Amino acid sequence: MTITHHLDDATLMSFAAGSLPAALSAVAAAHVAMCTRCRREVAGLERVGGALLAELPPATLDRAEPPASAIWGQTPRPDVHEYPHRAGEGSDPIPAIAGALRGAAPAPLARLLPRELDNVRWRRLGLGVWHHRLAVAGRGGLGLLKVAPGRVVPEHSHAGAELTLVLRGSFHDATGRYLPGDVADLDETIEHKPIADPGRECICLVASERPSRFRGLLARLLQPLHGL
Amino acid sequence: MADLLRRVAERSDTAAFRELYQTYGPRVKAFMMRQGTDAATAEDLAQETLFTVWRRASLYAADKGSAATWIFAIARNLRIDRLRREMPWQELPEERLEAAASEALPDEALAEKERQARVRAALASLPPEQHEVVVLSYLEGLSHGEIAARLRVPLGTVKSRMRIAYQKIRAGLEDLR
Repeated sequence: MTITHHLDDATLMSFAAGSLPAALSAVAAAHVAMCTRCRREVAGLERVGGALLAELPPATLDRAEPPASAIWGQTPRPDVHEYPHRAGEGSDPIPAIAGALRGAAPAPLARLLPRELDNVRWRRLGLGVWHHRLAVAGRGGLGLLKVAPGRVVPEHSHAGAELTLVLRGSFHDATGRYLPGDVADLDETIEHKPIADPGRECICLVASERPSRFRGLLARLLQPLHGL
Repeated sequence: MADLLRRVAERSDTAAFRELYQTYGPRVKAFMMRQGTDAATAEDLAQETLFTVWRRASLYAADKGSAATWIFAIARNLRIDRLRREMPWQELPEERLEAAASEALPDEALAEKERQARVRAALASLPPEQHEVVVLSYLEGLSHGEIAARLRVPLGTVKSRMRIAYQKIRAGLEDLR
């Protein structure tokens, strides 16, 4: 997979810092899982976190000594996982989306996504655009967007950051052509008008910090895109 | 510090762990408090972070980052999970096995030490306004928009300061990648 459109540097830094709003983090994680370049960048940016942590003025621990190893068990056990809802162990299989993400979807995202991109319960928004909302805790909205070949996602400006990751098909806009794995990392300063390329519908994973504001005549029709 | 982790990993060395605990425990607690949580919760999360270090030490590989970087990543994910009650989408470094394997160099551990030093030097040389956005992002956990509101500057200014800071850090690592 040749990826040409990457996450913006400021997005990458915020993601590595753990400060990107949740929905945006989900899309960033999916892109990072698919993109060697951005994975390397994130690893580099985590060093910044390590350096800042090491230089933090220490707080005083109430328990100045580590608990006796008897309490923690005698030996380190890597098999125990800490985050109940992350961790790949025993999670749902991800056969379908694996096709789109080449098996690289982070486990929590894979579980969030529908099993089959062909079996998504789409909500029709009209004009060759469908949407499927994904529930994600925290700030921002996350969903799948399907656009029929050659159809336009009406011009809109963003009320905050937005990330669009292509899973299937492709689209283009003034900033270039986006193929699977490519991410459009656009902020409120950019007005864009993506058009799905002919031949195949385009399915994207889309996160926005706040709901998109659609302008012009189509505004009312596309109101359901709020919370996208 | 990486040596301490290796001793924990290879021999369940409790003395080595005690040193890690006493070095990083208080800093992880301070990190959690920077997120606005109370001291008791921060203490618990620091304990849990170090507990995770103990249990997962055998998964740690020194060539993938320093002990501080690994501990930061664990603490960052715990902070998102427990304090924000959001999904920690960021993977821990040890989960990126193939990326590391494809880049392994013979004296990788040494190179990693050098990278750490370069990152520290680059951070120290940042002008205050760039350093500030980096600190607010990493330590206070603020998004771009929250940083803009805190500093009363436009969002675009926050992002461009962050990009420039990042470019400087990256430039410092260029010949070591």
